[in-house]
Amino acid sequence: MFSEIKKSALVSIWFMFLTFPIMVIKVNTIEDTIIWRWGNLVMVGVGSFFLSFLWRYLQDKTKAKERQGYKDALSKFFYDSFIGNKKVFYPVILGVICIILFFPYLFSTYQVTIMTTALIYVVLGLGLNVVVGFAGLLDLGYVAFYAVGAYTYALLNFNYDISFWLALPIAGILGALAGILLGFPVLRLRGDYLAIVTLGFGEIIRLVLENWGEFTHGPSGIASIDRPNFGFDLSIVGSINAIYYFVFLFVLVTIFFTNRLQNSRIGRAWVALREDEIACQAMGVDKTKTKLSAFAFGATWAGFMGAVFAAKTTFINPASFTFLESAIILSIVVLGGMGSIPGVILGALILILLPEYLRAFSEYRMLIFGGSMVLMMVFRPQGLIKSKRRHYNFREMTKREMQERRNATSS
Amino acid sequence: MRPLLEINNLTMDFGGLRAVDNIDFKINEGEIVALIGPNGAGKTTFFNCVTGMYKPTGGHIYIYKNDKSKKRLNGLKPNKVTEYGLARTFQNIRLFKQMTVLENVMIGRHCRTHANIFSALVRNKKIVREEYDSASYSYHILEKMGLGYFCNEIAENLPYGAQRRLEIARALATEPNVLLLDEPAAGLNPQETSDLINLINMLRDEEGVSILLIEHDMGMVMKISERITVMDYGKKIAEGTPEEIRKNPEVIKAYLGEDIDA
Amino acid sequence: MEYFLQLFFSGITKGSIYALIALGYTMVYGIIQLINFAHGEIYMIGAFTALIAAGVLSLFNFPVAAIFIIATLVAILYSSSYGYTIEKVAYKPLRNAPRLSALISAIGMSIFLQNYVLLAQTSDFLPFPSITPEIKFIKPYENILSSSGFLIIMFTVIAMILLSLFIKFTRTGKAMRATAQDKKMALLLGINVDRVISTTFVIGSALAALGGVLIASHIGQINFFIGFIAGIKAFTAAVLGGIGSIPGAVLGALILGLTESFSTGYISSDYQDVFAFILLVVILIFKPSGILGKKTDQKV
Repeated sequence: MFSEIKKSALVSIWFMFLTFPIMVIKVNTIEDTIIWRWGNLVMVGVGSFFLSFLWRYLQDKTKAKERQGYKDALSKFFYDSFIGNKKVFYPVILGVICIILFFPYLFSTYQVTIMTTALIYVVLGLGLNVVVGFAGLLDLGYVAFYAVGAYTYALLNFNYDISFWLALPIAGILGALAGILLGFPVLRLRGDYLAIVTLGFGEIIRLVLENWGEFTHGPSGIASIDRPNFGFDLSIVGSINAIYYFVFLFVLVTIFFTNRLQNSRIGRAWVALREDEIACQAMGVDKTKTKLSAFAFGATWAGFMGAVFAAKTTFINPASFTFLESAIILSIVVLGGMGSIPGVILGALILILLPEYLRAFSEYRMLIFGGSMVLMMVFRPQGLIKSKRRHYNFREMTKREMQERRNATSS
Repeated sequence: MRPLLEINNLTMDFGGLRAVDNIDFKINEGEIVALIGPNGAGKTTFFNCVTGMYKPTGGHIYIYKNDKSKKRLNGLKPNKVTEYGLARTFQNIRLFKQMTVLENVMIGRHCRTHANIFSALVRNKKIVREEYDSASYSYHILEKMGLGYFCNEIAENLPYGAQRRLEIARALATEPNVLLLDEPAAGLNPQETSDLINLINMLRDEEGVSILLIEHDMGMVMKISERITVMDYGKKIAEGTPEEIRKNPEVIKAYLGEDIDA
Repeated sequence: MEYFLQLFFSGITKGSIYALIALGYTMVYGIIQLINFAHGEIYMIGAFTALIAAGVLSLFNFPVAAIFIIATLVAILYSSSYGYTIEKVAYKPLRNAPRLSALISAIGMSIFLQNYVLLAQTSDFLPFPSITPEIKFIKPYENILSSSGFLIIMFTVIAMILLSLFIKFTRTGKAMRATAQDKKMALLLGINVDRVISTTFVIGSALAALGGVLIASHIGQINFFIGFIAGIKAFTAAVLGGIGSIPGAVLGALILGLTESFSTGYISSDYQDVFAFILLVVILIFKPSGILGKKTDQKV
């Protein structure tokens, strides 16, 4: 017991030393003042003392779990008690859908816009999930495709008055094209290098958007973008609600599509590629085509959402498409559980909605975000809900086969 | 006997090092052939050249298609080579660890099926049929190899011997004419090795697959092969029946070193 | 001609700073194959710590040269401590985890540190006092190369030489090279791999801190965000020269600095940052191992 206290005391002293200049001394060279905040020192000392106990406890627990070949309790609960349990699953899903449908009538317009943003990130997360989660391609520049979609609609609308519904598919197609163009030279690179190149691409796109003023309107962005025309005359509130429902529909479509892909021929090829590229090729999978298709799919979806984003906020500028955005979407995928569709959905909702509802801590939002990324990776790297491969039931299959054989022999 | 694979003057250089030196090789329908030699002789490099992992510096690799015509495999990508009927396993097991056993084998069906993203999203009757056929074909292979019970198990949870068999099952799913096995008996106990011998014979007899294996287990090699090729320092130093190879002084020298008098 | 020389020395100066930071990236990548996203923040923290130290010292009316030396040493001390702590907290637990996990942790750490400084200090651009001493023999050439610029180049050269000697001739240096080549084997040979890795982080952070202080004094202001862009550029330089290679990092940094300087001077300054990224992308596509890097094939 005493050695534990000693350990924590040393940790506490270390952190007090470490954070002393930055937390305690505030030098303001503009006004030539120095403020000493001794309270912070006490806070750091006491906080780190207790947190170090917690840290060591959680580390031991994580290591013990690894040694036992742990059963991931949360994921197991989710799959067995929730998704597997038809009696629970359908009512809950119905309930959720009802809440989502009646949401605009229960909450303010502001809440609706927040929820819409969260749903947009769900789609973005699911799109990136295909690239990173299924195919294992480290894309740190996903925001580039998001930007392509947004600027496509914004510019088409601003310059040629093109409606949202016409621009939406174009945004998707341009996203796909961008994905293929960017992907082609780049996808043969190994993990880390791919990450850096995609990061570079993302930044290049942002910088070009910022500097090519004649085409993209530069840092001031494009304003007064039309909201989508839903056929009948809508007030602003009505329009916002309509966009909300549209995005929700999109989310359902995306979940449907990615679910289908997960257990399809191409879905398996993606996972195999992620697991072992060399063996995958040896088994007849075309590495390049497979990688490109994952990249292009993700890019298409980001393009769609970009256009939706532009229509929703009616104003875009390059500042919305920074590396931080890519990092946030990547976190949604990793923290939710790479390759796990329910995990990513949950991750997106938590990551986007929580900061909004905990407005009191808004100053510390980014700090908590960064810290959580580190903590999740150290203590729960598989994410919230682990991905699960499909289980095939062969008793049913052999029954079908026997039926077919009977039909074949009788005819 | 119909030839399946014909290799002429195959050479592979890595900078100044010649790993494979003018190797001629042939394998016919229904044969089980072994490639042996001391460690570092260039056997796996030879495999890698044939299967498309490396582009050979010189020589020709031909595969005979079903219509008797020849196809040159040099420089083709590995997945193309597999499409032409050449499949392989790996010295260090390379399974798709996080996928189920069945899915591992289903990957083998990839080059014999056609669904792409669009058809996966739309999923018409033809695609559903194709998926079903893939799954059941793969399941049958698993059953034949004694792995049917594990079909939904995550691959990395399988015991070692089962993992080796799974790799073979996966390669088999690509409908190969020639199967290249890289040290399939490595790490297996005598019982497992004996089962493996039966398995390989079964593959040749029932599935119509010709087998080329790299192996260090001499007992197994002598029992199973019709023909043995011996490599050392990248060169072919001997070729013949197991009896001939057993007595060949060059082979003995390569394995045991010079001077085995007394 | 004068313009050319100005751009040339400006490029070398920039390149030197990139080199000091790039060394940290390349050494860490060489030893644990991790892109330490938080390294740029170490550089930024070095600059901030120096500012704080200088501010406190100026209360006591120390001579400028003394302030410079003490502030630099304090900055190096603190940045090294941060580097050491970050490794222990965010990277060591993930040493056997898949690469993506460590990468995410690094990105998270980077974001955390940026906001830590932002909240604890300020979001303003703080003027950094000019604490580098005037060098008399540079004065006549001031329009081509300033005193602080000269100091930057000089310190970088000295640091390079010291680092090379350290890596080549000391036991720890040899241990670092061994661990970089084969961690398991080094462990089996009795090398304390944990300590070697920590040392790598400490040295890299110290160099970054030095860079932070020098550039802050040279440019005259600092901000919590300077780590991000400098980090990316320095990483570009490291990759350009061949990640894992120490001379490569320096070479890459100098090339990057000169490219930026000349493209700004002769083409346009708007797209300055874009050039760095384009260079990065092009290098990675055509020669991922970089100029001086070694190609590593995967064994089948």
